[in-house]
Amino acid sequence: MAVELSFNKEIENIMYASHGKPIKDCLQCGTCSGTCPAIEFMDNSPREIIGLIHADMKDEVLASNTYWTCASCYHCTVRCPAGIDIADMMYALKRYSMWKGKYKEGLLGPDFSEAFVKMIVNSGRSFEPILAATYLPKYSAGDIIQEGLTAAGLVLTGKMPLLPKKVKRLKNVQRMVRRIIPIGETK
Amino acid sequence: MKQYAYYPGCSLESLGKNYHISALAVSTGLGLELKELEDWNCCGATAYFPVDELLAYTLVSRNLAIAEKTGLEDFVAPCSACYKNAYTTNKYLKADPDLAEHINYALEEDHLQVEGRMKVRHLIEVFIEDVGLEEISKKVVNPLKGLRVAPYYGCQIVRPRKDKEDVENPQFFEQLLSVIGAQPIEYASKTRCCGGSLIITNRKAALDMVYKLLQNAVDSGANMIATTCPMCDVNVEVYQSQVNREFGTNFSIPVMYFTQLMGMAMGIEPKRIGVGASMLSLAQSTGK
Repeated sequence: MAVELSFNKEIENIMYASHGKPIKDCLQCGTCSGTCPAIEFMDNSPREIIGLIHADMKDEVLASNTYWTCASCYHCTVRCPAGIDIADMMYALKRYSMWKGKYKEGLLGPDFSEAFVKMIVNSGRSFEPILAATYLPKYSAGDIIQEGLTAAGLVLTGKMPLLPKKVKRLKNVQRMVRRIIPIGETK
Repeated sequence: MKQYAYYPGCSLESLGKNYHISALAVSTGLGLELKELEDWNCCGATAYFPVDELLAYTLVSRNLAIAEKTGLEDFVAPCSACYKNAYTTNKYLKADPDLAEHINYALEEDHLQVEGRMKVRHLIEVFIEDVGLEEISKKVVNPLKGLRVAPYYGCQIVRPRKDKEDVENPQFFEQLLSVIGAQPIEYASKTRCCGGSLIITNRKAALDMVYKLLQNAVDSGANMIATTCPMCDVNVEVYQSQVNREFGTNFSIPVMYFTQLMGMAMGIEPKRIGVGASMLSLAQSTGK
Protein backbone atom coordinates (compact mmCIF):
# COMPACT_ATOMS: atom_id res chain seq x y z
CA MET A 1 0.00 0.00 0.00
CA ALA A 2 1.16 3.46 -0.81
CA VAL A 3 2.53 5.46 2.06
CA GLU A 4 0.78 8.73 2.57
CA LEU A 5 3.29 11.53 2.28
CA SER A 6 3.39 14.38 4.74
CA PHE A 7 2.64 17.86 3.33
CA ASN A 8 6.26 18.73 3.95
CA LYS A 9 7.41 15.83 1.74
CA GLU A 10 4.83 16.55 -0.94
CA ILE A 11 6.20 20.07 -1.36
CA GLU A 12 9.71 18.69 -1.56
CA ASN A 13 8.64 16.33 -4.36
CA ILE A 14 6.81 19.02 -6.26
CA MET A 15 10.03 21.04 -6.39
CA TYR A 16 11.64 18.15 -8.24
CA ALA A 17 13.09 19.94 -11.26
CA SER A 18 14.26 23.12 -9.56
CA HIS A 19 17.54 21.62 -8.34
CA GLY A 20 17.59 24.09 -5.46
CA LYS A 21 18.55 23.36 -1.87
CA PRO A 22 15.76 21.67 0.11
CA ILE A 23 13.57 23.99 2.11
CA LYS A 24 14.40 22.06 5.28
CA ASP A 25 17.71 23.98 5.20
CA CYS A 26 15.81 27.20 6.01
CA LEU A 27 17.29 29.07 8.99
CA GLN A 28 14.18 31.22 9.51
CA CYS A 29 16.38 34.31 9.23
CA GLY A 30 13.76 36.35 7.35
CA THR A 31 16.06 37.76 4.65
CA CYS A 32 13.45 36.73 2.07
CA SER A 33 10.71 38.63 3.88
CA GLY A 34 12.88 41.73 4.27
CA THR A 35 13.67 41.63 0.56
CA CYS A 36 10.22 40.91 -0.91
CA PRO A 37 8.72 43.88 -2.83
CA ALA A 38 5.18 42.48 -2.52
CA ILE A 39 5.19 41.59 1.18
CA GLU A 40 2.65 44.27 2.19
CA PHE A 41 0.09 42.47 0.08
CA MET A 42 0.76 38.98 1.46
CA ASP A 43 -1.20 37.20 4.21
CA ASN A 44 1.99 35.51 5.42
CA SER A 45 5.59 36.49 4.83
CA PRO A 46 7.76 34.07 2.81
CA ARG A 47 9.56 33.11 6.04
CA GLU A 48 6.24 32.29 7.72
CA ILE A 49 5.15 30.17 4.76
CA ILE A 50 8.30 28.04 5.05
CA GLY A 51 7.68 27.75 8.79
CA LEU A 52 4.11 26.59 8.13
CA ILE A 53 5.34 23.97 5.66
CA HIS A 54 7.86 22.68 8.20
CA ALA A 55 5.07 22.37 10.72
CA ASP A 56 2.92 20.47 8.17
CA MET A 57 0.19 23.10 8.47
CA LYS A 58 -1.32 22.41 5.08
CA ASP A 59 -4.69 24.10 5.55
CA GLU A 60 -3.07 27.36 6.64
CA VAL A 61 -0.75 27.30 3.62
CA LEU A 62 -3.61 26.56 1.22
CA ALA A 63 -5.64 29.42 2.70
CA SER A 64 -2.84 31.95 2.20
CA ASN A 65 -2.54 34.38 -0.73
CA THR A 66 1.24 34.60 -0.31
CA TYR A 67 2.47 32.51 -3.24
CA TRP A 68 -0.14 33.99 -5.61
CA THR A 69 1.20 37.43 -4.64
CA CYS A 70 4.78 36.48 -5.53
CA ALA A 71 5.93 38.47 -8.58
CA SER A 72 8.70 35.97 -9.46
CA CYS A 73 11.41 38.62 -9.15
CA TYR A 74 13.86 36.18 -7.50
CA HIS A 75 15.24 38.78 -5.12
CA CYS A 76 14.70 36.39 -2.18
CA THR A 77 16.31 33.55 -4.14
CA VAL A 78 19.59 35.35 -4.76
CA ARG A 79 19.81 36.58 -1.18
CA CYS A 80 18.88 33.42 0.73
CA PRO A 81 21.91 32.48 2.85
CA ALA A 82 20.79 28.85 2.83
CA GLY A 83 20.67 28.78 -0.97
CA ILE A 84 16.96 27.96 -1.22
CA ASP A 85 15.22 28.96 -4.46
CA ILE A 86 12.31 30.59 -2.68
CA ALA A 87 10.69 32.03 -5.82
CA ASP A 88 10.65 28.53 -7.27
CA MET A 89 9.09 27.26 -4.06
CA MET A 90 6.30 29.81 -4.59
CA TYR A 91 5.69 28.27 -8.03
CA ALA A 92 5.62 24.83 -6.42
CA LEU A 93 2.98 26.05 -3.97
CA LYS A 94 0.93 27.52 -6.80
CA ARG A 95 1.02 24.15 -8.55
CA TYR A 96 0.13 22.36 -5.35
CA SER A 97 -2.89 24.54 -4.72
CA MET A 98 -4.05 24.18 -8.34
CA TRP A 99 -3.58 20.43 -8.11
CA LYS A 100 -5.66 20.29 -4.92
CA GLY A 101 -8.14 22.78 -6.37
CA LYS A 102 -7.93 24.80 -3.14
CA TYR A 103 -7.05 28.44 -2.99
CA LYS A 104 -8.14 31.58 -1.27
CA GLU A 105 -11.42 33.02 -2.53
CA GLY A 106 -11.15 35.99 -4.89
CA LEU A 107 -7.65 35.33 -6.23
CA LEU A 108 -7.21 35.94 -9.97
CA GLY A 109 -3.91 34.08 -10.34
CA PRO A 110 -5.19 30.49 -10.67
CA ASP A 111 -7.78 31.31 -13.36
CA PHE A 112 -5.30 33.49 -15.20
CA SER A 113 -2.64 30.79 -15.30
CA GLU A 114 -5.11 28.19 -16.45
CA ALA A 115 -6.45 30.49 -19.17
CA PHE A 116 -2.92 31.28 -20.28
CA VAL A 117 -2.01 27.64 -20.71
CA LYS A 118 -5.27 26.96 -22.59
CA MET A 119 -4.51 29.88 -24.89
CA ILE A 120 -1.06 28.49 -25.67
CA VAL A 121 -2.47 25.04 -26.33
CA ASN A 122 -4.98 26.62 -28.72
CA SER A 123 -2.69 28.98 -30.60
CA GLY A 124 0.92 28.63 -29.48
CA ARG A 125 1.30 32.37 -28.92
CA SER A 126 0.18 34.81 -26.29
CA PHE A 127 -2.56 37.32 -27.16
CA GLU A 128 -3.76 39.75 -24.50
CA PRO A 129 -7.42 40.29 -25.57
CA ILE A 130 -8.17 36.56 -25.13
CA LEU A 131 -6.82 36.70 -21.61
CA ALA A 132 -8.82 39.80 -20.76
CA ALA A 133 -12.02 37.79 -21.04
CA THR A 134 -10.89 35.67 -18.08
CA TYR A 135 -10.12 38.43 -15.59
CA LEU A 136 -12.22 41.45 -16.55
CA PRO A 137 -15.49 39.96 -15.23
CA LYS A 138 -13.87 39.87 -11.78
CA TYR A 139 -12.63 43.47 -11.87
CA SER A 140 -14.51 46.37 -10.27
CA ALA A 141 -16.27 48.79 -12.64
CA GLY A 142 -13.61 51.46 -12.04
CA ASP A 143 -10.76 49.08 -12.80
CA ILE A 144 -12.49 47.89 -15.98
CA ILE A 145 -12.77 51.49 -17.21
CA GLN A 146 -9.08 52.13 -16.50
CA GLU A 147 -8.00 48.91 -18.22
CA GLY A 148 -10.28 49.74 -21.16
CA LEU A 149 -8.71 53.17 -21.57
CA THR A 150 -5.22 51.69 -21.42
CA ALA A 151 -6.15 49.04 -24.01
CA ALA A 152 -7.74 51.62 -26.32
CA GLY A 153 -4.56 53.69 -26.14
CA LEU A 154 -2.50 50.63 -27.09
CA VAL A 155 -4.73 49.85 -30.08
CA LEU A 156 -4.62 53.47 -31.28
CA THR A 157 -0.81 53.64 -31.08
CA GLY A 158 -0.57 50.40 -33.04
CA LYS A 159 0.88 48.50 -30.08
CA MET A 160 -2.02 46.08 -29.80
CA PRO A 161 -2.84 43.94 -32.81
CA LEU A 162 -6.49 43.00 -33.19
CA LEU A 163 -5.88 39.48 -34.44
CA PRO A 164 -3.89 36.76 -32.66
CA LYS A 165 -0.88 35.12 -34.30
CA LYS A 166 -0.66 31.36 -34.35
CA VAL A 167 2.09 28.80 -34.48
CA LYS A 168 2.08 27.09 -37.90
CA ARG A 169 2.69 23.55 -36.68
CA LEU A 170 -0.03 23.89 -34.08
CA LYS A 171 -1.27 20.28 -34.42
CA ASN A 172 2.22 19.03 -33.57
CA VAL A 173 2.42 21.35 -30.56
CA GLN A 174 -0.94 20.08 -29.33
CA ARG A 175 0.21 16.47 -29.67
CA MET A 176 3.38 17.42 -27.74
CA VAL A 177 1.26 18.82 -24.94
CA ARG A 178 -0.80 15.62 -24.80
CA ARG A 179 2.37 13.59 -24.30
CA ILE A 180 2.98 15.64 -21.15
CA ILE A 181 -0.54 15.99 -19.79
CA PRO A 182 -3.35 13.90 -21.24
CA ILE A 183 -5.93 16.66 -21.56
CA GLY A 184 -8.19 15.00 -24.12
CA GLU A 185 -8.92 16.32 -27.57
CA THR A 186 -8.33 20.00 -28.24
CA LYS A 187 -10.01 21.79 -31.06
CA MET B 1 28.58 39.35 -40.01
CA LYS B 2 27.97 37.15 -36.97
CA GLN B 3 24.57 35.47 -36.92
CA TYR B 4 22.38 34.80 -33.92
CA ALA B 5 19.26 32.67 -33.45
CA TYR B 6 16.79 35.36 -32.43
CA TYR B 7 13.74 34.59 -30.31
CA PRO B 8 11.60 37.78 -30.20
CA GLY B 9 8.83 36.45 -27.92
CA CYS B 10 5.14 37.35 -28.05
CA SER B 11 5.40 40.84 -26.54
CA LEU B 12 7.67 42.04 -29.31
CA GLU B 13 4.89 41.40 -31.82
CA SER B 14 2.49 43.65 -29.94
CA LEU B 15 3.29 45.82 -26.92
CA GLY B 16 7.01 45.72 -27.57
CA LYS B 17 6.87 46.40 -31.31
CA ASN B 18 9.22 49.38 -30.99
CA TYR B 19 11.70 47.18 -29.16
CA HIS B 20 11.57 44.64 -32.00
CA ILE B 21 12.26 47.09 -34.81
CA SER B 22 14.91 49.03 -32.89
CA ALA B 23 16.66 45.78 -31.90
CA LEU B 24 16.91 44.77 -35.56
CA ALA B 25 18.00 48.22 -36.77
CA VAL B 26 20.69 48.64 -34.10
CA SER B 27 22.00 45.09 -34.60
CA THR B 28 22.39 45.74 -38.31
CA GLY B 29 24.15 49.01 -37.50
CA LEU B 30 26.56 47.11 -35.25
CA GLY B 31 27.22 44.43 -37.85
CA LEU B 32 25.21 41.63 -36.24
CA GLU B 33 22.49 39.57 -37.89
CA LEU B 34 19.51 38.46 -35.80
CA LYS B 35 17.85 35.52 -37.57
CA GLU B 36 14.35 35.01 -36.24
CA LEU B 37 13.56 31.40 -35.32
CA GLU B 38 11.02 29.74 -37.58
CA ASP B 39 7.64 28.92 -36.03
CA TRP B 40 8.59 29.68 -32.41
CA ASN B 41 5.99 29.45 -29.62
CA CYS B 42 5.28 31.44 -26.44
CA CYS B 43 7.81 30.84 -23.62
CA GLY B 44 5.09 30.90 -20.97
CA ALA B 45 6.42 33.95 -19.13
CA THR B 46 5.41 33.46 -15.51
CA ALA B 47 2.10 31.75 -16.29
CA TYR B 48 2.97 28.13 -17.25
CA PHE B 49 4.93 27.28 -14.15
CA PRO B 50 2.00 27.49 -11.74
CA VAL B 51 0.18 24.86 -13.82
CA ASP B 52 2.65 22.17 -14.83
CA GLU B 53 6.40 22.33 -14.52
CA LEU B 54 7.21 19.67 -17.12
CA LEU B 55 4.86 21.25 -19.65
CA ALA B 56 6.49 24.62 -19.03
CA TYR B 57 10.00 23.26 -19.65
CA THR B 58 8.80 21.35 -22.71
CA LEU B 59 7.28 24.38 -24.41
CA VAL B 60 10.44 26.40 -23.76
CA SER B 61 12.51 23.45 -25.05
CA ARG B 62 10.67 23.48 -28.37
CA ASN B 63 12.16 26.92 -29.07
CA LEU B 64 15.61 25.77 -27.98
CA ALA B 65 15.31 22.71 -30.24
CA ILE B 66 14.36 24.87 -33.24
CA ALA B 67 17.36 27.07 -32.48
CA GLU B 68 19.72 24.06 -32.22
CA LYS B 69 18.57 22.94 -35.68
CA THR B 70 19.88 26.18 -37.21
CA GLY B 71 23.44 25.23 -36.30
CA LEU B 72 23.99 28.65 -34.73
CA GLU B 73 25.57 28.93 -31.29
CA ASP B 74 23.66 31.70 -29.56
CA PHE B 75 20.00 31.91 -28.63
CA VAL B 76 19.24 35.60 -28.16
CA ALA B 77 16.16 36.95 -26.38
CA PRO B 78 15.36 40.66 -25.98
CA CYS B 79 12.73 40.03 -23.27
CA SER B 80 14.03 39.33 -19.77
CA ALA B 81 11.26 36.82 -19.00
CA CYS B 82 11.93 34.85 -22.21
CA TYR B 83 15.65 35.05 -21.48
CA LYS B 84 15.27 33.70 -17.96
CA ASN B 85 12.99 30.85 -19.06
CA ALA B 86 15.26 29.82 -21.93
CA TYR B 87 18.38 30.12 -19.79
CA THR B 88 17.13 28.00 -16.90
CA THR B 89 15.49 25.39 -19.15
CA ASN B 90 18.69 25.04 -21.16
CA LYS B 91 20.67 24.62 -17.94
CA TYR B 92 18.32 21.97 -16.53
CA LEU B 93 18.31 20.05 -19.83
CA LYS B 94 22.06 19.64 -19.53
CA ALA B 95 22.07 18.89 -15.82
CA ASP B 96 19.18 16.42 -15.76
CA PRO B 97 19.14 13.62 -18.37
CA ASP B 98 15.87 12.30 -16.97
CA LEU B 99 14.15 15.64 -17.55
CA ALA B 100 15.68 15.84 -21.05
CA GLU B 101 14.36 12.37 -21.87
CA HIS B 102 10.80 13.30 -20.90
CA ILE B 103 11.00 16.48 -22.93
CA ASN B 104 12.48 14.79 -25.98
CA TYR B 105 9.71 12.20 -25.91
CA ALA B 106 7.18 15.04 -26.28
CA LEU B 107 9.27 16.93 -28.87
CA GLU B 108 9.17 13.86 -31.16
CA GLU B 109 5.65 14.94 -32.04
CA ASP B 110 7.11 18.00 -33.77
CA HIS B 111 10.10 16.07 -35.20
CA LEU B 112 12.46 17.90 -32.86
CA GLN B 113 15.09 16.91 -30.31
CA VAL B 114 16.93 19.07 -27.81
CA GLU B 115 20.35 18.77 -26.16
CA GLY B 116 20.62 22.03 -24.26
CA ARG B 117 23.67 23.20 -26.18
CA MET B 118 22.64 26.76 -27.08
CA LYS B 119 24.34 29.67 -25.39
CA VAL B 120 21.33 31.59 -24.10
CA ARG B 121 21.84 35.34 -23.93
CA HIS B 122 20.00 38.61 -23.49
CA LEU B 123 20.31 41.09 -26.37
CA ILE B 124 22.05 43.73 -24.22
CA GLU B 125 24.65 41.16 -23.22
CA VAL B 126 25.37 40.41 -26.90
CA PHE B 127 25.88 44.09 -27.66
CA ILE B 128 28.19 44.66 -24.68
CA GLU B 129 30.19 41.43 -24.85
CA ASP B 130 30.37 40.61 -28.55
CA VAL B 131 30.48 44.10 -30.03
CA GLY B 132 32.04 45.79 -27.00
CA LEU B 133 31.65 49.24 -25.52
CA GLU B 134 34.57 50.62 -27.47
CA GLU B 135 33.17 49.54 -30.83
CA ILE B 136 29.74 50.88 -29.86
CA SER B 137 31.27 54.24 -28.98
CA LYS B 138 32.75 54.46 -32.50
CA LYS B 139 29.24 54.22 -33.97
CA VAL B 140 27.93 57.17 -31.96
CA VAL B 141 27.31 60.21 -34.15
CA ASN B 142 24.78 61.94 -31.95
CA PRO B 143 25.75 61.64 -28.24
CA LEU B 144 22.68 61.90 -26.03
CA LYS B 145 23.94 64.90 -24.09
CA GLY B 146 21.70 66.26 -21.38
CA LEU B 147 19.70 63.07 -20.94
CA ARG B 148 19.71 61.93 -17.33
CA VAL B 149 18.65 58.33 -17.70
CA ALA B 150 17.60 55.91 -14.98
CA PRO B 151 18.86 52.51 -16.14
CA TYR B 152 16.09 50.14 -15.16
CA TYR B 153 17.34 46.56 -15.10
CA GLY B 154 14.21 44.97 -13.68
CA CYS B 155 14.42 41.49 -12.22
CA GLN B 156 14.86 38.59 -14.52
CA ILE B 157 17.79 39.91 -16.53
CA VAL B 158 19.98 39.60 -13.43
CA ARG B 159 17.97 37.17 -11.32
CA PRO B 160 18.00 34.29 -10.65
CA ARG B 161 21.75 34.26 -11.04
CA LYS B 162 22.74 32.99 -14.49
CA ASP B 163 26.51 33.07 -14.28
CA LYS B 164 28.93 35.30 -12.40
CA GLU B 165 27.03 38.54 -12.83
CA ASP B 166 26.53 41.02 -10.01
CA VAL B 167 22.95 40.42 -8.88
CA GLU B 168 22.86 43.26 -6.35
CA ASN B 169 24.57 46.15 -8.10
CA PRO B 170 25.18 45.45 -11.78
CA GLN B 171 26.91 48.20 -13.80
CA PHE B 172 26.70 47.15 -17.44
CA PHE B 173 23.62 49.24 -18.27
CA GLU B 174 25.22 52.40 -16.82
CA GLN B 175 28.33 51.72 -18.87
CA LEU B 176 26.33 51.35 -22.06
CA LEU B 177 24.41 54.58 -21.40
CA SER B 178 27.65 56.48 -20.76
CA VAL B 179 29.12 55.23 -24.02
CA ILE B 180 26.20 56.68 -26.01
CA GLY B 181 26.63 60.03 -24.29
CA ALA B 182 23.77 59.90 -21.79
CA GLN B 183 24.22 60.45 -18.09
CA PRO B 184 23.15 57.39 -16.08
CA ILE B 185 21.71 58.33 -12.69
CA GLU B 186 22.11 56.27 -9.54
CA TYR B 187 19.00 55.16 -7.71
CA ALA B 188 18.26 52.34 -5.32
CA SER B 189 15.42 50.70 -7.26
CA LYS B 190 17.28 49.82 -10.43
CA THR B 191 16.86 46.08 -9.94
CA ARG B 192 13.64 46.18 -7.90
CA CYS B 193 10.65 44.45 -9.45
CA CYS B 194 8.10 46.45 -11.51
CA GLY B 195 5.35 43.95 -10.68
CA GLY B 196 4.99 42.98 -14.34
CA SER B 197 3.64 39.52 -13.65
CA LEU B 198 1.09 40.88 -11.15
CA ILE B 199 -0.37 43.72 -13.21
CA ILE B 200 -3.36 41.58 -14.16
CA THR B 201 -3.75 39.26 -11.19
CA ASN B 202 -2.92 41.68 -8.39
CA ARG B 203 -3.25 45.16 -9.83
CA LYS B 204 -2.99 46.91 -6.47
CA ALA B 205 0.32 45.32 -5.58
CA ALA B 206 1.75 45.91 -9.07
CA LEU B 207 0.75 49.60 -9.16
CA ASP B 208 2.32 50.06 -5.74
CA MET B 209 5.58 48.62 -7.07
CA VAL B 210 5.51 50.82 -10.19
CA TYR B 211 4.75 53.88 -8.03
CA LYS B 212 7.75 53.31 -5.76
CA LEU B 213 10.00 52.78 -8.74
CA LEU B 214 8.87 55.94 -10.57
CA GLN B 215 9.14 58.02 -7.41
CA ASN B 216 12.66 56.81 -6.74
CA ALA B 217 13.81 57.47 -10.33
CA VAL B 218 12.28 60.97 -10.39
CA ASP B 219 13.61 61.85 -6.92
CA SER B 220 17.07 60.82 -8.07
CA GLY B 221 16.99 63.33 -10.92
CA ALA B 222 16.12 61.13 -13.89
CA ASN B 223 14.39 62.72 -16.87
CA MET B 224 13.99 59.40 -18.63
CA ILE B 225 13.84 55.70 -17.82
CA ALA B 226 15.54 53.12 -20.05
CA THR B 227 14.38 49.50 -20.05
CA THR B 228 15.64 46.11 -21.22
CA CYS B 229 12.35 44.20 -21.16
CA PRO B 230 8.90 44.68 -22.73
CA MET B 231 7.15 43.69 -19.49
CA CYS B 232 9.00 46.38 -17.53
CA ASP B 233 8.42 48.89 -20.29
CA VAL B 234 4.65 48.38 -20.30
CA ASN B 235 4.40 48.58 -16.55
CA VAL B 236 6.59 51.62 -16.14
CA GLU B 237 5.33 53.53 -19.20
CA VAL B 238 1.75 52.54 -19.99
CA TYR B 239 0.63 52.26 -16.37
CA GLN B 240 1.93 55.71 -15.34
CA SER B 241 -1.55 57.19 -15.78
CA GLN B 242 -3.10 54.49 -13.61
CA VAL B 243 -0.43 55.10 -10.96
CA ASN B 244 -1.21 58.82 -11.09
CA ARG B 245 -4.90 58.14 -10.53
CA GLU B 246 -4.27 55.67 -7.72
CA PHE B 247 -1.66 57.68 -5.82
CA GLY B 248 -2.56 61.26 -6.79
CA THR B 249 0.83 61.78 -8.40
CA ASN B 250 1.52 63.31 -11.79
CA PHE B 251 4.32 61.36 -13.33
CA SER B 252 4.98 61.83 -17.02
CA ILE B 253 8.49 60.54 -17.43
CA PRO B 254 9.38 59.14 -20.86
CA VAL B 255 10.39 55.49 -21.04
CA MET B 256 12.45 54.01 -23.86
CA TYR B 257 14.17 50.76 -24.68
CA PHE B 258 17.96 50.77 -24.58
CA THR B 259 17.89 49.86 -28.27
CA GLN B 260 15.94 53.02 -29.10
CA LEU B 261 18.45 55.17 -27.21
CA MET B 262 21.34 53.42 -28.96
CA GLY B 263 19.62 53.93 -32.30
CA MET B 264 19.21 57.66 -31.68
CA ALA B 265 22.86 57.98 -30.69
CA MET B 266 23.89 56.04 -33.78
CA GLY B 267 21.90 58.41 -35.98
CA ILE B 268 19.41 55.81 -37.17
CA GLU B 269 16.24 57.26 -38.70
CA PRO B 270 13.61 57.70 -35.94
CA LYS B 271 10.94 55.62 -37.62
CA ARG B 272 13.30 52.65 -37.96
CA ILE B 273 13.68 52.57 -34.16
CA GLY B 274 10.05 53.23 -33.33
CA VAL B 275 10.65 56.75 -32.10
CA GLY B 276 7.77 58.90 -33.25
CA ALA B 277 5.18 60.23 -30.89
CA SER B 278 7.59 59.87 -27.99
CA MET B 279 9.98 62.40 -29.59
CA LEU B 280 7.79 65.12 -28.12
CA SER B 281 8.24 63.93 -24.61
CA LEU B 282 11.91 63.41 -25.35
CA ALA B 283 12.26 67.09 -26.30
CA GLN B 284 10.54 68.00 -23.06
CA SER B 285 12.87 65.89 -20.99
CA THR B 286 16.05 67.32 -22.48
CA GLY B 287 14.69 70.85 -22.27
CA LYS B 288 14.36 70.69 -18.49
